[in-house]
Order: sequence, then C-alpha cells, then structure tokens
Amino acid sequence: MALNKPVNKMITVTNLSKVYNGTCVLNIEHLEIPRGQSFGLVGNNGAGKTTFFSLLLDLIQPTTGNVFNNEITVSQSEEWKPFTSSFIDESFLIGYLTPEEYFNFVGDLRNRNKADVAAFLQNFEDFFNGEILGRNKYLRDLSKGNQKKAGIVAALIGEPEVVILDEPFANLDPTTQIRLKALIRELSEKSEMTILISSHDLIHVTEVCERIVVLDKGLVVNDIKTSEATLKELEQYFAGGYAKEVKESSQAENI
Amino acid sequence: MYRRFISLQWKAFFRSASLGRSLGLKIFMAFIAIYFAIVFLLLGVGLYPLLKEALPEQEPLNIVNRWLLIYLGLELMMRFFLQTLPVMTVKPLLTFPIPRKKVVNYMLLQSLFSFFNFLPLLLIVPFAVFTAYKEDASAAAMVGWAVAVYGLVLCVNYMNFLLKKKFADNLKALLPYVVAILVLYALERFEIFGITELVASGMEAVLEMPFLAVIPLLLLIALYKWNQNVLLKRFYLDESLKGKVTEARSQDFQWLRKFGNIAPFLQLDLKLIWRNKRPRSLIFISLLIMGYGMIFYPNDAYQDMQAFFVFVGIFMTGIFMINFGQFIPAWDSSYYSMMMSQNIPLKQYLNSKAALIIFSIVLLTILTTPYVYFGYNVLIINLACAVYNIGVNVPILLLAGSYNRKRIDLEKSPFMNYQGTGAAQWLIAIPLMVIPIIIFWLLNKFISFEVAVITLAALGFIGILFRSVIMDMVAQSYKKNKYAMINGFKQTGE
Repeated sequence: MALNKPVNKMITVTNLSKVYNGTCVLNIEHLEIPRGQSFGLVGNNGAGKTTFFSLLLDLIQPTTGNVFNNEITVSQSEEWKPFTSSFIDESFLIGYLTPEEYFNFVGDLRNRNKADVAAFLQNFEDFFNGEILGRNKYLRDLSKGNQKKAGIVAALIGEPEVVILDEPFANLDPTTQIRLKALIRELSEKSEMTILISSHDLIHVTEVCERIVVLDKGLVVNDIKTSEATLKELEQYFAGGYAKEVKESSQAENI
Repeated sequence: MYRRFISLQWKAFFRSASLGRSLGLKIFMAFIAIYFAIVFLLLGVGLYPLLKEALPEQEPLNIVNRWLLIYLGLELMMRFFLQTLPVMTVKPLLTFPIPRKKVVNYMLLQSLFSFFNFLPLLLIVPFAVFTAYKEDASAAAMVGWAVAVYGLVLCVNYMNFLLKKKFADNLKALLPYVVAILVLYALERFEIFGITELVASGMEAVLEMPFLAVIPLLLLIALYKWNQNVLLKRFYLDESLKGKVTEARSQDFQWLRKFGNIAPFLQLDLKLIWRNKRPRSLIFISLLIMGYGMIFYPNDAYQDMQAFFVFVGIFMTGIFMINFGQFIPAWDSSYYSMMMSQNIPLKQYLNSKAALIIFSIVLLTILTTPYVYFGYNVLIINLACAVYNIGVNVPILLLAGSYNRKRIDLEKSPFMNYQGTGAAQWLIAIPLMVIPIIIFWLLNKFISFEVAVITLAALGFIGILFRSVIMDMVAQSYKKNKYAMINGFKQTGE
C-alpha cells in the first residue's frame, strides 16, 4: 500500500535534543517521516514520547536542533499550523464549551463553516456512540473517555495533513478502541494524512501503524517497518528490557 | 489517627506548589492577617474606655450586649462569603480503612482552628478583663460572659457550614430569611419587639448566673452534631464531593459574525465570561464600581483636586479593562497549549481581546454620562479618560499579559482569590493609573484644564492611530514568552 504513495518527506527532525536541568530527556539525531505515513511511537514512561510531540508542536523549546514540518521550521514560523492538528491531553479542550461549540470553534479556525462541521460530524455518529452530541453538557463535565473522543475528532476537522495524537487509546472503552483503530487505518489508506500516534499498548500500535519507532530514555532504539513479526519483536524487546532491569537491580541489592 | 491527619495537613501546606512560587503573596496575606489581629486587639482593649467616653450614662457592657446579635449576624455574613469547609481534601481518604466518622470529626474540629475564630478572641478577652477590672464585676461573672460570647461565635462557625450546604448554590432560597430579618429589624425599629434586647437580657442573666454560659456551649454541641449528621449522610462521592453538573445549552452569538476574523474569539470570550464563576462576577463588580463617582463628585473636598477625577474616570470607564485585562491570557490558561498549536495567528487573538475590552470601555463610558449632573468638567474628563484607556492602557495591559505565568481556575469564586496574581499585576497599576494622573495634574496646575484634558485624549488618539504597529510589538512579546507561558499555565495547584 505504501508503495502507491509518492514518497516525499513531511516531517524531518535533525539533531533534536531537549535537556531539563542537565538531564537529557530526548536526543534524536535524524528522523524523517514521509507524507501519508502512519507513524507509531512506543516506549516506557519517561521515554520522551510526549516531549517529542510537544517539540513537533513548538510547545516547548528544543535545546538543540530543529523540527521541519513540510520544510517549515516550527520554532520560527507559524505557517505549519494551518495543516497540522493535534490532541495531546485535556489541556487541548475548552472546558466551558459544549462539544458542538468546541467543534464549531475548531472548524472556524480551520475555515470550515457550521454546515461543513455538521456534515463532518455525521461520519462519527458510531464513534461517539450517542454520548457526545446533543447531551447538553459542557466538555468539563464529560468523562475522561468521552473528552478524549471529542478531542480526537476535533483534531480531524478540516482535513489536516499532519495529525498528532498522544496516547489516543488510553481511557477509551474497548468498543471505541476498535472503532478508533478502524478509523485511523481508513484515514491512512484513503487519504494523504500523516498520522503520528504514541501508545503504551503494543497491540494497538502494531495494528494501525506502518512504522514503529521505539524510544528509550530519549533515544531512538528501534525503527521498524510493521510486519507480522513486529508485535513479537516489540514484546520481546520490552520484556527483555524489563527482565534486564530487574536483574540489574537485584544484583545491585546483592552488593 | 488524628495525629496522622495533622501531619497530612502540615505537608499539604508546606508542600503546596505555591509556597515557593508566591511567597510574596503569602507575606502579603500574613501582613493582612497581622493587621486585622492588631486592629481587633486594639478594639478589644479600647472598647471599654471608648464606650465610656462616648456614652457616659450607659454601661459599656450593656451596650455590647445589645449589639452582640448584630455583630454575630455580620460575622455570619462575612463567613458565608469567605469561609469554606475543606471537603475536597478528604476525597482520597474515602477508600482508606478509616472510619468515616473520624474523618468528619477531624474536618469539623479542624475548622475551629480558623483565623475567623481566633480574631473574636482578641476582642472578647481584653474587653472582659477590662470590664472585670473597672466595674468590680465578679471574675466568675466575666468568665461566664466571655465563655458564653465565644461559644456563640463558634456556633456561628458551624451555622455557616450548614447555611452554605443549603444555600451556596441557590441564593434565591435565602430570600425568605432575608425578609424575616427585615421584619425583625422593623419590629425593633418601631419598638414593638426587640430581639437584640432579648439577647441582651440573656447575656445579663449569664452575668448574674455564670453557670448559664453552658447554654451556648450546649447549642454549640448541638450544631456540631447536626453538622456531623449532615456530612456523614453526604459523605459519598456522588453527593457533596462531586462537583455540580450544570445543564448546558449551545449558543453561537451569530450577530458577532460581522466582526470578521476575530469573531470566533469574541464568541469564545463571551462564553468564557457568561459560563464561569470568576469572570462572570467581574460584570457585577464593574457595574457596582459605577457608583464610585458618588463618593467623589459631590464631595467639596475634591473640587479643587481635579486630578482625583482623572483617577475616578480611568477607574470607572476602565474597571472591566483592569479586572479582565490584567489576567489576559491567563483566562485561557487551562487550554493555552491548544491555543498555541491551533491555527490561530497571535495578533488576531490579541485583537479580539482588545476589541472586547474597548467595547466594555465604550459601554461603561456611556453609563457614566449621567455624572454630567456634577458639571461638564466631569463628563469631559471621563471622555478623555476613556480615550486614554482605549489608546494607551489597553495595549499596556495586553503587553503586561505576556508576563503572566499563573494559571487561573475559572470556576473558583473571586472573593479573596489571589490565584493568578503575581508581581505583574501589582506593577501594572503604576503606568495604568499613576501616569495619566501625573500628566493631568502637572498640565492642569501649570497650564490649564483644557490643555490637560486635550493632552490625555491626544495620547489616547495617538495610541489608536498606531494601533496596528503597537499590536505587532505586543504580539512579538507574546511570541518571545510563549514557552514560559505554556509551562507556567500548566502548573496546577494553588
């Protein structure tokens, strides 16, 4: 499938690092994400996933290096914003709006009128499962899972070329997880959308991503093109890493 | 068990995120606390001689007894607005193997150690000592009296919590009680039935038979038990510990569409103001401040000090500007990362804020026009101040906003709420208020009133003319401080 797409780069990262108080939390020498790829980022807590996404969105300042989004340096120009959208956490939601108002607000920012947004939302009736629209509730009063649903869908409004979702599967119920996977697969197959996803759940990522990058303590330790064997490989990696750490700490105790 | 609770409390205070960050604010609050403590102490010591001097033919103790009910009423009112029972802090304890009654008891006992309960002590004890010394009243009588009064104060403490539970979300339900108070006041006024007399004679009885001081204490225990029962019944996640969910209705303020590309932000800001407690109360404050002129304009003392009228003018026409503007963009703090990664040009965002504030200035200026009754000077000064506010103060406030780093929780009450307040908020008052007053004062004193007014207005017009350039500069400052702002707004906790 990937072969049918013209391979040109969407996101390029060079020499990117972030240091907090002398601790390096992210250090990526070079990473390219081609247009239309569905890209998965996995790693344990503290591996640097959210830091990486925040750098892509210019929410934090890189210590060294640059992020280029469609050849625009994100820390210097705002030109990448019209074609990039994201949902990182609840701080991307405006609590005192109803979901409808929030979708319309995002639609406004992306030059979509109310009718466009309404037509767009029609596609998500299944996904919302009747829990988002027309419930007369503010976003702040929705459950965590429903907030996430609203945030993810809002990130898809206006046909962005790059979509960044941090932990989209967390807090979702099983039905919605399955629907979200189908949705992401459909988007990456039928459109040119570049989708970046991070997750703790190895099964989910291997199911939806063409490519998976493993981060560990801020470093890229693995870069895999997804295949049948990928899940096993990843599971082994994380189990091995964990076993190794346990061994090390027990050794430390023995001394 | 209680020892553990206390150690938790201790840690909560010293490890709160704000202790380090806003030490200045803490010191300021400490000063206020010390100030009030000293005032109460001085009043406590001085009350007896003062009353003796003012009303020599009456006994001070008797006067105090008659005013006691009014004092308690006022205290109840003050507590109603300022004091809350910290219910939320016990939420994590719900699942621990701690008897619920213990947690409730702890919460209620802890409330006794509030500053509100400490202050009256400074008033009651010195007065009682003084009276016992001067009047040859028996020590036992005065001890009984002090215990009774303090017991009543503590009753107010617990009464407040009961009232809050009942009425905090539904102030309208208070109406019958307000009417009842008014009726009692009328009865008193027309000397049909004096409730304060009743309380006073009760206190006299305590003085004669000190053991009667047990009655307020019994009342206190009863109120404590009542609170305990109410809390025990409501001590579930789905009851009092969960926030209220309000029915939401979608609105879209379509008429704002004609403002073009800033319309979405204006819509957002209007919703922000209508739907959140803290910004909503700003509207009422702004309208209240409209009465400010009544303090100054009719007063002969200020007629020769027109510079004061500049202060009043800046303040009245710009009250919403000051209250709302000083916390830009902290109002959007809870979703600031979204605003910064969405397709939002900073200048557009800032222009919409400016437009909202300018609209408020125009509206408030129109509302102040009746003050023309006190002379055309007043009207002219107010108009000049409005122009100055629009042209100079709005950009200054927006620029200062780029140094805001503190998050604001929109749903907290604004009374005594210093959340989001930092050095920037205090410093900003200088250019905002002091500079126009000085300019006006100098020109008015050494040249003429006309020149002074025209200069103020001209400065405003210059600001309006160069609006676009100035807003570019402001936007640059926001850009420069972007990362620090995002990081600051993420820090939750007081």
